Amino acid sequence: MNEETPKSTDMQAIEEPMIEIIDMHKWFGEFHVLRGIDLTIHKKERIVICGPSGSGKSTLIRCINRLEEHQRGKIIVDGIELTNNLKNIEKIRAEVGMVFQHFNLFPHLTIVDNLALGPIWVRKVPRKEAEEAAMHYLEKVHIAEQAHKFPGQLSGGQQQRVAIARSLCMSPRVMLFDEPTSALDPEMIKEVLDVMIELAQEGMTMIVVTHEMGFAKSVAHRVLFMDFGQIVESNTPEEFFENPQHDRTKLFLSQILH
Amino acid sequence: MDAYVQDKPAEELKPPVASVGLIGWIRANLFNGWFNSLLTIVTLYFLWIVVPPFIRWAFIDSVWNTTGAVCRNADGACWSIITTNFRFILFGFFPYDQQWRPLVAMLLLFGLLFYSRNRNHWTKGLGYSWIAGLVGMGFLMKGGLFGLPSVESTQWGGLPLTLLLSVFGLTAAYPLGVILALGRQSRMPAIRLLCVIYIELIRGVPLISLLFMGSIIFPLFLPEGITINKILRAQAAIILFTAAYIAEVVRGGLQAMQRGQYEAAESIGLNYFLTMRLIILPQALKIVIPPTVQQLISAFKDTSLVVIIALFDLLKTSQTVLSNPEWMGFSREAYIFVAILYFLGCFSMANYSRKLEKELSTEN
Amino acid sequence: MGAPFFNFSDIKTLLRIGPTRSQKVTNRKVPTVADKKAMQTENSQAEKVPFWLDPKMRAIVYQIGTLCMVGLLAYYLVSNTLINLERQSIATGFGFLHKESSFEIGESLISYSAASTYGRALIVGALNTLLVSFIGIILTVILGTVIGIARLSKNWLVSKLAAIYIEFFQDIPVLLQLFFFYALFYEILPSPRQALHPFAGVFLCNRGLVFAIPEFHLTHAYMGISFLAGCIAIYFLRRWARRRQAKTGRTFPVFSVSVGMLVLLPGITWLAGGAPTAMSVPELKGFNFQGGVNVSPEFSALLLGLVLYTAAFVAEAVRAGIQAVSKGQREAAMSIGLRPNRVLQLVILPQALRVIIPPLTSQMLSLTKNSSLAVAIGYPDFVSVANTTINQTGQSIEGVALIMLVYLIFSLSTSAFMNWYNKRVKLVER
Repeated sequence: MNEETPKSTDMQAIEEPMIEIIDMHKWFGEFHVLRGIDLTIHKKERIVICGPSGSGKSTLIRCINRLEEHQRGKIIVDGIELTNNLKNIEKIRAEVGMVFQHFNLFPHLTIVDNLALGPIWVRKVPRKEAEEAAMHYLEKVHIAEQAHKFPGQLSGGQQQRVAIARSLCMSPRVMLFDEPTSALDPEMIKEVLDVMIELAQEGMTMIVVTHEMGFAKSVAHRVLFMDFGQIVESNTPEEFFENPQHDRTKLFLSQILH
Repeated sequence: MDAYVQDKPAEELKPPVASVGLIGWIRANLFNGWFNSLLTIVTLYFLWIVVPPFIRWAFIDSVWNTTGAVCRNADGACWSIITTNFRFILFGFFPYDQQWRPLVAMLLLFGLLFYSRNRNHWTKGLGYSWIAGLVGMGFLMKGGLFGLPSVESTQWGGLPLTLLLSVFGLTAAYPLGVILALGRQSRMPAIRLLCVIYIELIRGVPLISLLFMGSIIFPLFLPEGITINKILRAQAAIILFTAAYIAEVVRGGLQAMQRGQYEAAESIGLNYFLTMRLIILPQALKIVIPPTVQQLISAFKDTSLVVIIALFDLLKTSQTVLSNPEWMGFSREAYIFVAILYFLGCFSMANYSRKLEKELSTEN
Repeated sequence: MGAPFFNFSDIKTLLRIGPTRSQKVTNRKVPTVADKKAMQTENSQAEKVPFWLDPKMRAIVYQIGTLCMVGLLAYYLVSNTLINLERQSIATGFGFLHKESSFEIGESLISYSAASTYGRALIVGALNTLLVSFIGIILTVILGTVIGIARLSKNWLVSKLAAIYIEFFQDIPVLLQLFFFYALFYEILPSPRQALHPFAGVFLCNRGLVFAIPEFHLTHAYMGISFLAGCIAIYFLRRWARRRQAKTGRTFPVFSVSVGMLVLLPGITWLAGGAPTAMSVPELKGFNFQGGVNVSPEFSALLLGLVLYTAAFVAEAVRAGIQAVSKGQREAAMSIGLRPNRVLQLVILPQALRVIIPPLTSQMLSLTKNSSLAVAIGYPDFVSVANTTINQTGQSIEGVALIMLVYLIFSLSTSAFMNWYNKRVKLVER
């Protein structure tokens, strides 16, 4: 990782809360997957969530943009509460961008069309403007030359960068990343992480579920450890990795940092 | 932004009552939103006006073992048409006292089928048992040896005939279909052309035209004096028809084979026949077992068409009963019975195919 | 599997059994001493391979052998056939098409009588086949799509009923279903004199479904024209709406406006033409109805049986197509903020249709082929008419050949269409 990457000292998170989760519970049938989550994420803050599989970390961020529904508690995104109110859900989804583990690009559309789809049909932007914005973001993720290809013709790393650009086209206030590099071959992980670091440098609020600890150390304001549906420990990266407090945190770190 | 360490683990709570259990299930599956709720109500109403009258007709008011005259006076279904004519519907014109023979033949077939369900039983021994079984079935039907009186094929009918046509049809069509599929993949243009013409021709025409060809035109192909009986003609048409469809199914399997398999076989030095026999076909045929079972189901259903060329399969025997003045007008009951038989056969085969598909996909 | 195994220059080379291919190339230049030496070694090397081990030679032998066998078989069959035909005094050739048919056909789209030729009779049959197939395909696609979507519904009751329908109708032979419905119509429905009379002008009896239709008036022709004009207008409306959206981003409710236009334009034309309401109402005269339109029980039974049977298979194809689109696609589309109807229109349907259309076209073909079963219940489709022709003229070979030809035309054009469609929508991959 680039040692000169700006850290929390350079890009201070603003004290205003962006996302508030208050005593949130979720069940899958009888299984209590999220147990009493209390979490506040401030503007421009970058959080990394780690934990063993099954701990509920993906479910947690999927609840934020209503891909999963929570049964108890409150989730408030940028002042709008997340309920069954369809209008609120739509507003929140326009503010929250998501990058998936398996990219989920639309295979029947070109790269440019993939990016322009949201602005054209949701924000009602004219096609020319949408395509210019698309090219701008494609250049940002260093993939502009592939603009007129189809997703099937790109490598995994390229597809994921396009997926990031696609979310950025909607000008979100928060970006959620659900294990963005887990499905990539090792040599392609760096190109995606570099893009995410650039994004961080520009002040984007980010919640990243990942196992890439190097990324956490260099860019995150906070690292959260989740296990069995609860947040077990939360601290700055230095404290988290040097001085884990909870036993389960220590166990988890010993398993992944061998 | 403060550091946080959990002090005690959160307890596992029970989910809200309205989201689990019976109430939760009903809410999620039947009344999820206003549209679904409306749909449920409309569907329940529709079931209410259709199902009880049907049950009343089929079971409550039905008559079960009487003569035709009594049936006509009754309100409900006349199942007596089935019970009284049971043996004729099932066995056709087969001599009454010899009907144990087709019965045993069918039981033999069902036994073999049942045993073959478990894939662990699929050994060479089973293959030989099948051949022996099929020969045995043919012998039981025909007779003529070991003191069994000979029964002409013109008297074969009913369910045994249907099963015979399907099983022998598929058994003979399978090797022919595999050869056609290999021929279609061949690099020799003449052979490929012949196979393509055959396959596309047969797949493009309805089975009925092939049955007509079989029953009317095949006799013209033979020199004077030689005749083949009607069943054989129909069987030949069914075999030719099914072989083309099997060829397409097998072709799918051959195309799904990775190039690497062919290359590996070539590099060991196997010639074409050994490659196919030892490497390619075993894998390709295994991949396409589910579509092949689908073909068996289709062949089973398609045998019903022989009614049109006046062979006495299950459908025709039922129609013969219906043409008897005593039982005229009870088509619904007769056809429902035949439908149940076909449904049982096809459903069990379809279920088996689904089960196989699951097994095979998890294996690969 | 590698380079072309067999090409024309090989034939020439092999048949000449002379210089090898490499020699032909070197022969073009003036041979130097070195070349001559090379030629000699190559010649001797080529001669060393005996011809029965040469794969190219063997391929030719196999093919010639197969063609000879097929040819001999064909010759044997044909000569037997000709002898047999001669013996039974059956004519050959298609001259019978011009002879008088002397049989009636129950229903026909064009005028036909027993004095018309066999050729005309066959055309009537073909038109009937097309009629039942065309209507059958439209109804099947609609019903099959509804049931396929119902199968995926979150509503347990609806989903289970759809599953029962699919399993039930797939597992019963179509011919049995045809017989069932035909018998149902004949046995349950009363004679014309006691026909059921559910609504004014509609009668249901064992001669068929008879209902009133508007008597033909010039306005109807104009209504047809205005409908067509509406279709053309919709085409241009869509283009305009798309352009406007590309320019300004604003969407236009094209669908609702189109539906409105297709209803209003003919409606206005009708009013303008004086709102003619004269109907040809069926009336019982003697033993049957006169006037109105009669949909025979044969046609109804055939249509009902075919549609219910094929719709079960179409439903499975639709379900498989929709399920083939991975869940992640829906999630990605939703997280961009697209509404459910746009998700369906822009992301799900385009991908699902790619998977649905090929099996759908083969089901359409299957329905057309199954319509040949009309011969069993007496509907005069092509096979039925051809069968009567064969029975009367004895020319079975020509008859069966005609049947096969007609259906082959249907099948091959459907295959061609499917190939074209598949090529067009193929997802581009590395």
